[in-house]
Formats: sequence, C-alpha cells, structure tokens
Amino acid sequence: MKIVKAAIAGTLESSDLVVKVSPAEDGLDITVNSEVYKQFGEQITAVVKETLSAFNITQGEIIVEDKGALDCVIRARMQTAILRGTESKEIAWEKL
Amino acid sequence: MSHLIEALQTLSGNARQYEPFTGANTQTPYLADRRQKYQRKLFDTVDEVLARCALRDGMTVSFHHAFREGDKVINYVMAKLAEKGLKGLTLASSSLMTCNAPLIEHIKAGVITKIYTSGMRGELAEAISHGLMAEPVEIHSHGGRVNLIEKGEITIDVAFLAVSCCDEYGNASGSGGLSRCGSLGYAMVDAKYARKVVLLTESIEPFPYMPASIIQDQVDYIVKIDSVGDPAKISVGAARVTSNPRELMIARSAADVIEHSGFFRDGFSLQTGSGAASTACTRFLESRMRKQNIVASFALGGITGSIVDLHEKGLIKKLLDTQSFDGAAGASLAKNPDHVEISTSVYANPAAKAACCDRVDIVILSALEIDTDFNVNVLTGSDGVMRGASGGHCDVAAAANLTIVVAPLIRSRIPTVVRQVTTRVTPGESVDVLVTDHGIAVNPARQEVKARLIAAGLPVVDIGTLYQKALLISGEPKPIAFTSRIVGVVRYRDGSVIDVVRQVKE
Amino acid sequence: MMKKLRRSMLFLPGSSAAMLSTAFIYRPDSIMFDLEDAVSLKEKDSARLLVFHALQHPMYKDIETVVRINPLNTPFGLKDTEAAVRAGVDVIRLPKTDTPDDIYQLEGEIARIEAECGRPVGSTRLMAAIESAVGVINAVAIAKSSPRLMGIALAAFDYVIDMQTERGDGTELFYARCAVLHAARGAGIDAFDVVYADIDDEAGFLKEVDLIKRMGFNGKSLINPRQIEILHNAYAPTQEEVDYAERVIAAAEEGDRHGLGVISLNGKMIDAPIINHARVVIERKNASGVRQ
Repeated sequence: MKIVKAAIAGTLESSDLVVKVSPAEDGLDITVNSEVYKQFGEQITAVVKETLSAFNITQGEIIVEDKGALDCVIRARMQTAILRGTESKEIAWEKL
Repeated sequence: MSHLIEALQTLSGNARQYEPFTGANTQTPYLADRRQKYQRKLFDTVDEVLARCALRDGMTVSFHHAFREGDKVINYVMAKLAEKGLKGLTLASSSLMTCNAPLIEHIKAGVITKIYTSGMRGELAEAISHGLMAEPVEIHSHGGRVNLIEKGEITIDVAFLAVSCCDEYGNASGSGGLSRCGSLGYAMVDAKYARKVVLLTESIEPFPYMPASIIQDQVDYIVKIDSVGDPAKISVGAARVTSNPRELMIARSAADVIEHSGFFRDGFSLQTGSGAASTACTRFLESRMRKQNIVASFALGGITGSIVDLHEKGLIKKLLDTQSFDGAAGASLAKNPDHVEISTSVYANPAAKAACCDRVDIVILSALEIDTDFNVNVLTGSDGVMRGASGGHCDVAAAANLTIVVAPLIRSRIPTVVRQVTTRVTPGESVDVLVTDHGIAVNPARQEVKARLIAAGLPVVDIGTLYQKALLISGEPKPIAFTSRIVGVVRYRDGSVIDVVRQVKE
Repeated sequence: MMKKLRRSMLFLPGSSAAMLSTAFIYRPDSIMFDLEDAVSLKEKDSARLLVFHALQHPMYKDIETVVRINPLNTPFGLKDTEAAVRAGVDVIRLPKTDTPDDIYQLEGEIARIEAECGRPVGSTRLMAAIESAVGVINAVAIAKSSPRLMGIALAAFDYVIDMQTERGDGTELFYARCAVLHAARGAGIDAFDVVYADIDDEAGFLKEVDLIKRMGFNGKSLINPRQIEILHNAYAPTQEEVDYAERVIAAAEEGDRHGLGVISLNGKMIDAPIINHARVVIERKNASGVRQ
C-alpha cells in the first residue's frame, strides 16, 4: 500500500504515542523518539517496522513520539496512522 | 602572685596549669564594648563572614536541605565562594535537589571537587551521572551522614545553615517568619560538629528566641539575607491526598497488610515516606485504628500533614520530626506540644547511643526498583541516571519490625520489579513486604507474616510472579550500558560500600 | 453452576491509551470499552483499533470484556462490531436499543463475522442498553429476543432527555428501573443500573447502590475505579447473613446425607430457592469479604 497523504494518530499523554506518517519517494525513513528509548527503543522500532511490513508499505516518512506506550498501543496507533495516510476505506482484519 | 602560682603548680605536681587573674573581661573582651556584647555575630554580607571563617581551598562546607526545592541558600553561598576564587572544596549538603543545577558551573570551574550527599536530582544529577566530576560523589543515608561526620570522614570546616528566624546570638528555628521549613533536624547535626557555624536568616528576632532548634552556643556568625527560600516551593500547604485510583488502590492494599501483619496493635509505632501512596495509606489506617481502638505511640519521620491529622484526632500520641514535609507539618511542629523536633542523629544515626528508628514497628517506603531478592534502589532511574536519594530508607528499613515497600508494578512501561536492581541502596534482608497494584510479595525470611496475610485473604504472590507479570505487560527492557568509570559510591549507613554508580554510556 | 457475578462494570473510554494499559489492575467484574459517547467523531477509527488490540492483551484474558459499539445506523457501528468480535470480546453492548429488530440486526452481523473469522458462532454475547421511552416500553420483548442476550441495562443520560426531565434523586428513573428489572427477570437475564456521574459524592453513590441492590439489580455501570470498592462492599453480605447462609447450607447437606425430602432449620422449612440464595451469599462473601 502507499501512503498518499500526511496523517497523524495518537496523543502525547503518558502511556500513549504520536505517530506521524507522510509520503516519501525513496524508501522508509523511520525516526523513533521515546522517553524509554534506552530500554525499549529497539522493541518499538521492531513493532513499527513489523506493522509497516504487514501493510506492505515500502515508502514513507514515519516519526514516532513515544511516552512509554505498550506494544499493543503502538500497533494500534501505527495502524490508525497508516489507514488514515493510505486513505483506506476497508480494513483487512487479518493484517492487524 | 607569681609565687602563689608557683606554689600551686608544685602542690599539684605540675599536673595543672594555673594562670593568675588579669581582669574581668580577659577571656570575654567583647563584654566591654556595647556593639560587641550584643551584635558581634551579626554581619551584613557573606563575604565579611568568609574572611573570618578562614575558609581556604580544599576545605569542606556543609548545608542542610530542609527548605527542599524552595532552598536558595546553597546556590547563593556557593556562588559567593566561587566569586571569592575558592577551589577544590568538598560540598557536604544533607541532600541536593533539582534547584541546585547552578552548582554545575562551580564544578566545571573547579570550585567543588568532591560531594557528599544523600541524593541528587535534575540537571545536576544528569551531569554527574554522565561524568561531570573527576571524583565520584559519596551517597550516604541520613543516619549514615552523621556516622561519617562522627568518624571524621566528613570534617565540616564551615556550615552555612539557612534558618527562618534567629536572634542576635544565634538561637534559631525553622518555624517562624515567612520562609518556614519546620524541623531543622539536619541542621542540628552540622551546628554541633562544624568548626564554624554561619546562620543565614531572613529575620532577626528579639533575644531570647527560645525554645530554639539551633542553640546560641553553637553559632559563630549570622548574616541576614533577603530570602532563604521560596515559600511557594518549600511546601504547598498540606500535601493533598491523591485521587489517583491506582495509588489509592495500592495504599488501601498497604493498609490491609498493616492491619493483618501482626504488628497492628495498641501502642504500635509507624513511619511513612512522602510518596502519594504512603500518604494515602495513613488515611486508610484511620478507620481501622478507630474500629479496633488502636492508638499509635508515635510516628517518626519525615512528617506529613496526613500524619499530623491522625495526631490531632488523637490516634497518634507523639510525632518525632526530623523533617517537616509540608506546611501542615511545619505548623503543627510550631503549635502542638507533642510534635517534637529531633536531630538526624537521634532519628537514625547507627553510631548514636540510641536512635528512634530502632523503635519503629511499621515503616512504609517507596522504591524506584526492587529485585527478586527484595534489594531496593531509590537512587538511579532505570536509565542509569541518578534521580533520587538514599535518604532514611536503609536506616529505617534495617531497624523497623516490618518494612513495607509500596510501588506500582510498572511506571510508564518501566518495570519496578526487576531481576537485579540497577543500584542497591537498601539490602533485601531489610525489606519484608512489597505491595503493588498486581499483588503482594513477602520476603521468604518472614514466613509468619506471609501466613497471616494469606489467612486474611490478601492477594499474596511470589515476587518472581510479579517480575514475570511485569515482563508480560511491558516486554523485556534492554539492560542499560555503563562505562567502567565510577561516578558515585553508595555508602550503607555504617559507611561500608554497598554499591557504586557507573557513568552511563551514551 | 454458579452464575457469573456482575456487580461492577467499569466504563473506559476506548480512546484512552493510558486507561486501557492499566485498567486490569482494578478487578471489576466486567470491563467495558466504550467506542460510543466517550469517543469523539474524529477518533472513532483510532479508538476502535486501540480496543481491538487491548482486547487481545493477555492481561484482559481472565476478566469479562464488553465493548459498547456505536449504533448500526452510524458509519461506525459495523466496523466496531467487526473489531470487537474478531478480537474476542465477551459481550457487545448495543446502545439505544429500542426494539427487538435492533437486536436481530446486530445478531445477524455478529453471526456472519464469527463464521468469517472462525469464532464459534454464538460465542459473542449481547447486552441491550435501554435509553428511551420506547426502549422501556419494549423492554420485555427486547429481553427475550435472543439467546445471546446476557443482560439488559438502563442508561440514564439519553433516557431522561427523551422523558423531558433531568437526572435527580431517582424519581425520574422510577418506572424505567422497575420495567427493565422485570423484563430481565422475565427473560432470566441480568439487570444493570445506570452510571452515577458524581465521583466525588461517595455518600450519594452509596445511597443509590443501596436502593438498586434492594430492588434486585445484579450490578451497576461505573465510571471511576474508586467506585468499585464501594459497590462491592455494598453488595457484600453482612456477617449475620453469612452466618445464616452457612447454617442453611449445613442443614441442606445434613438433610442430603439422611435422605430427607424436607429440610428444616429452626423449625422453618427451607427449600431450593432459599438454599440457592444461601449459595449466592457465600459466593459474594468469597468475592469480596464481609461488609465493612
């Protein structure tokens, strides 16, 4: 799928995160900023990449501002941003 | 006369030195001069005092932290010392807070080369954790500080002690005037041991300003300055009891543990920390105390408005106060006769002939981390950076009959229960019960307590189970990388080294 | 078989990541993730996915989960249902249920989704929320409309507006409460009372809980974890009730051992309903102790 417009999901409240996706031409550019980067930076990045790959997204600029969110919340916000950014009408539930 | 002196010397076998009388004011010449008699200790500026203290490079200066985040004196005096061009000083403040960030400049300039403190926070702590100082800081407990002073490892040349009010002779307290800190428990120790004692006060009261916390015969100089602290930041009235449902849940659970621990009986004694869950716990205890007709003999601490409330309701007989955590505690100290000020030595000094913490039945403490052996870290965050204080933690934990630690299992994805603490401050053998929002764990060494809690139907689980639960919820955190360089030495209350803090790797 | 206790149903806004990440510590009897009124229009998609993932988190596995979907005649309702059923929710709460047709419509969608995603058909239960005069009038028919229905709830906010009055001392809910309760009992399902919005008024909350408990409601919707303890305590039996229940059960067991047809305690006959009630009392005591 392709990210066709800039989209944002989530909040900066504790235990949440903000995901911003925008279109890009050459590959994936992922930035993760997190309160708990030292302990969970790798894990967060893995979940971000996993989610992008499940949607077959190979191009885009992704910026994550994390406030200590659990993996299930990261997945949810990533998927919301992707669905908004790809202007998906239908949800393919198996992908989630 | 000289014959007489000679005869007396001979009589005593030269065992005594006698001097002939030379005048009424030979030893007290200031009595002859009116200004000297009454106001010889008073000076307008700190600079004038510094000269008289013979403060030189390499000496040790000390402060107390009873004004907490509202303190202005530590930064003020250190700036003056820096201005004077002093170098290589040892700073021995009973603790350091986020407001002490300005000290970073003085460390960089070589004014301060060694620090003894109970803890540190904010930018200063970050900088030191990242290797700002050539020599490691010494982290001690409150009782342990007195021990180090008495053993001579900390030798205070000049103590600069902020007080709310004092008289011209130096009788001082933290309970009057505008900037009130309440108990001067920490300052009382420095006043006793420092070579020179300088009081910084906002107001000079008529003599005699007694009863006093710091006594005139300990004080050398007094400087009146505009402001020793920001009243808004020292304390903001009585700390409101939290309405956070998670903290309330943990507090209620802690009260359940206390009730069924076997130590909850008429005449028991307790201590609570200043954390939200600890403070809320005292409110849950109230109804249980009333129902069972239990009156506590004393509360020790670290006194908060919640404890004062129980005291004023007749549920705690005496309050022994080494630090007044909020305005309500400070006000109570000033007006309630059974709310008593005690020095840190009387509070928790392991080398004292007797310490109050030794008589505590139940203490409720907090933790940044606790491991599966019940060791507690109250100093470094899980990112390896210092952000807390040893405080009275290991002192009271060692002595109390039942030591309870309250903490949420996870804080912002970071597990509180870990396999091994980042920094060990209080050893597991001193910690009896852990109360979290996911269950209660009891140290295997306290089987009788565990049996009582289980019989009461409380959710007791193995601490290993709590550890696994934390991982299940948040995922496994990556261990922090440190360099081999030591930036902090953690001294147990007896002065021994219990752990070190290493520099965080970037 | 002991019926599931449903005294407390804790409402969580489906849009709050912080609450979804911690609510399992409070141990209410059920947790309800709200996708309807608590979530703004802009965030319906976002909340739906948060709830979809939260439902699958291991910490929610051993607690009964409910999702309040948006009505099916909104752009959100169907997608909410897909997400909730596929994520394994225990119960779907249908807001503004006015007629049995509303239930039939939802049932149909759920059966289709269950088949599509391989979930046992019939495993998703339903709760009907009555929020209007018409709903109250049709409560009896609604309560009997589907075997999936495990309960019927009264929701006050929209109901009092429909009735052209306002929330007060309970007089405004008088008939509705009775109607919903009778509909539930007639159909053999649970009855749930309204939210008490003023979380700082503990005395007022307790008074309302006392009333609805006497009336016979199985439980109540809660909007703050602090209300859970108070509610569970009010529903807990007193020591006298527990003592009596234990004697009843002992007498029943004694009667069984001797093969007696009729059991008596203190000269009074005790029959099956009394013995069952005694068991409920003991179960409540086991759940949260004796009333303080």
